[in-house]
Amino acid sequence: MSNFLLVWIVLIPLLSATILGIMYLFSIKVVKIPNYFFSSLGISAPFLSFFIACYFFLQMIGNDEVFLYKAYRWLGVDGYDIDMGFMADKLSIFMVLFISFVGGLIHIYASGYMKDDKGFGKFFFYFNLFVASMLLLVLANSPIIMFIGWEGVGVCSYFLISYYYEDGANVQAGNKAFIANRVGDFGFIVALITMFYYAGSNGFDYMHIEASISSVPTSVLTFIGASLFVGAIGKSAQIPLFVWLPDAMAGPTPVSALIHAATMVTAGVYMVARFHFLYDLIPNVGLFIAYIGAFSALFAAIIATKQTDIKKILAYSTMSQLGYMFIAVGLGGYSVGIFHVFTHAFFKALLFMGAGAVIVALHHEQNIFKMGGMKHKTKLVFYTMLIATLAITGIPPFAGFFSKDEILLTAFNSGEYILWGIGVITAVMTAYYMFRMIFVVFFGSNYKENRTIHFVPKSMTNPLVVLAIGSVLAGFIGIPEVLGGHNIVGEWFSNWKHNSLHVTHNTELILMAINIFAALIGIFIAYKKFYNYDMNKVPNFTGIVWNKFYIDEIYDILVVQSIKKLSVFISFKIDVNFIDRIVMGLSRGFIRTGQYVSRMQNANTRFYAFTMLVGISAISTYLILVIR
Amino acid sequence: MADSLLSYITLAMILFSIGFLGLISRKNIFIIYMSIELMLNSINLIFVSLGRYYESIEPQVISMLIIAIAAAEAAVFLSLIVVMYRKKGTLNSDIFTVLSQKDSL
Repeated sequence: MSNFLLVWIVLIPLLSATILGIMYLFSIKVVKIPNYFFSSLGISAPFLSFFIACYFFLQMIGNDEVFLYKAYRWLGVDGYDIDMGFMADKLSIFMVLFISFVGGLIHIYASGYMKDDKGFGKFFFYFNLFVASMLLLVLANSPIIMFIGWEGVGVCSYFLISYYYEDGANVQAGNKAFIANRVGDFGFIVALITMFYYAGSNGFDYMHIEASISSVPTSVLTFIGASLFVGAIGKSAQIPLFVWLPDAMAGPTPVSALIHAATMVTAGVYMVARFHFLYDLIPNVGLFIAYIGAFSALFAAIIATKQTDIKKILAYSTMSQLGYMFIAVGLGGYSVGIFHVFTHAFFKALLFMGAGAVIVALHHEQNIFKMGGMKHKTKLVFYTMLIATLAITGIPPFAGFFSKDEILLTAFNSGEYILWGIGVITAVMTAYYMFRMIFVVFFGSNYKENRTIHFVPKSMTNPLVVLAIGSVLAGFIGIPEVLGGHNIVGEWFSNWKHNSLHVTHNTELILMAINIFAALIGIFIAYKKFYNYDMNKVPNFTGIVWNKFYIDEIYDILVVQSIKKLSVFISFKIDVNFIDRIVMGLSRGFIRTGQYVSRMQNANTRFYAFTMLVGISAISTYLILVIR
Repeated sequence: MADSLLSYITLAMILFSIGFLGLISRKNIFIIYMSIELMLNSINLIFVSLGRYYESIEPQVISMLIIAIAAAEAAVFLSLIVVMYRKKGTLNSDIFTVLSQKDSL
């Protein structure tokens, strides 16, 4: 069997990261190594993983085989054994395919974007480490191994967000991401412990858990499901732990494309899909997940309509799209959610990379109202970004249409008309804010004509073309049957529970038409307001939406300030008055006792003899009077 | 018989205490030496009187041994005092603190 190759999917990026790290240290300490050594090694690693994944993918077509490989025993405590095990089932291999492929393309893009950066090697070290962690996360055969990847992804995102560490704000953004993720991780750990206690007696990999999960009482299952979802909220930036995602845009643009669009934030969706056997038993928690997703989608879309930073618009749109995915997985449409993850990876990575190209062309200008008229300056970027925007808006036949339509169909089919309504409203707003961005950045009038455009290298534009093709074609693997298509994604995940469709084909077509109509409304409003936008006009930067509903400020008051007050209280009141007094009093007491005792040892022999006399007298008295 | 033993031991204790007090209170190293000898001989007295009381020979032997050793020790001690007097030029015992840690500090 060739199952050992599974390990190499994870191991190749990890090894490459190690070599890159050593090379970088060598490069800064001894002799400078040219950039193309770093980039060629860094780029080849995810693509090698992709080819290995393709091998397993081809073997998996047509049968339900699950590939398992246990590398070694990681922990063995009295019968509870945790193996460093890898599992490739249809879900993992599907995730691995697009993570490694899109990740590889972003590596190529990064080699162009970062080429003048002095930490070029370090950047690729982080990038490969990130890809390795993400692949470990999806290929793990037990929740504990998955947690290693989960944390690895978190720490790499911290490294990459605060990559430009000279600026304190970036470091703060990195800290914010890390801390918000830690809150989520706490829920994850609690869920793991509870699950281990109740369902881990026969072994703690997914298959054994799935076998023994039905014997766990429902209340405990609800608790486990909710705690796991807290972890997903942190990783996938949903209400209320989303605050880190917009700030995470402080990192270089390839980082936003890799981490905050295509891979890491989808880990939460993957996790819910991975534990589908658990969530199938607790539909209430699933409904809760769907509602959180729906409100996150709407909330993020509302905020995105007022943002001026091109990357923040995309960040909020990521959060919004993740909300859609959670609607799907919460309602049991796991394959639908994963399908949207798949299409989203293409068009969102493309959007971020296009935004990065525009930012580079304008010498690191991120405010869209200072751009304008970029259509003629960067033609290729405009057309690829337009494709991605059409895809995210849900215009057929681009990728986003099929996946988003299926999500809304799932919501409608489950009878959750509120969720469906929120989804449609969000679709209108998505179209509005995305085309607002397109119109302002690429069209507009009265922009500065004589500005110089920085050269955008081929290594940055070529991946855009590949992803644009992907954004057009990715949807065709999931054409619904009503359009005479063949839902390959649904078939691929055929061993999952599927909601049977009980709406008629006509209803389905009407829903589809509503979606397209919603998108067109959004585009039309954006066209009316922002086509030929006068770039000298300063937009209105006030109001509750522009200030992101003051969520950051509210969190600041509720969480940060209260903890700060508690810390101040402890450090200036309890510590100084109470703990310091005890500790310092003890040490002063020791010093004083020592000073007294040291007088005994004064080199006066006769005094020693006197001490002896006193001692002997005391002992004699004791012997005579007490012992007798 | 028993009464006379008690009085002998009482005498030895008194002698020992006088010796010990001398050891503590006097500075002159000769007087300290004499006090030590006094304490030594008070112990000797106890040995001898106990040997008489139990009518056994071993305490007498030990007391003879102690007298012999004390004589040898006196020779060593006096020569030490001579050397030390040549070094420091005094007989005050408080000056001789060579072996104490206080000086090395």
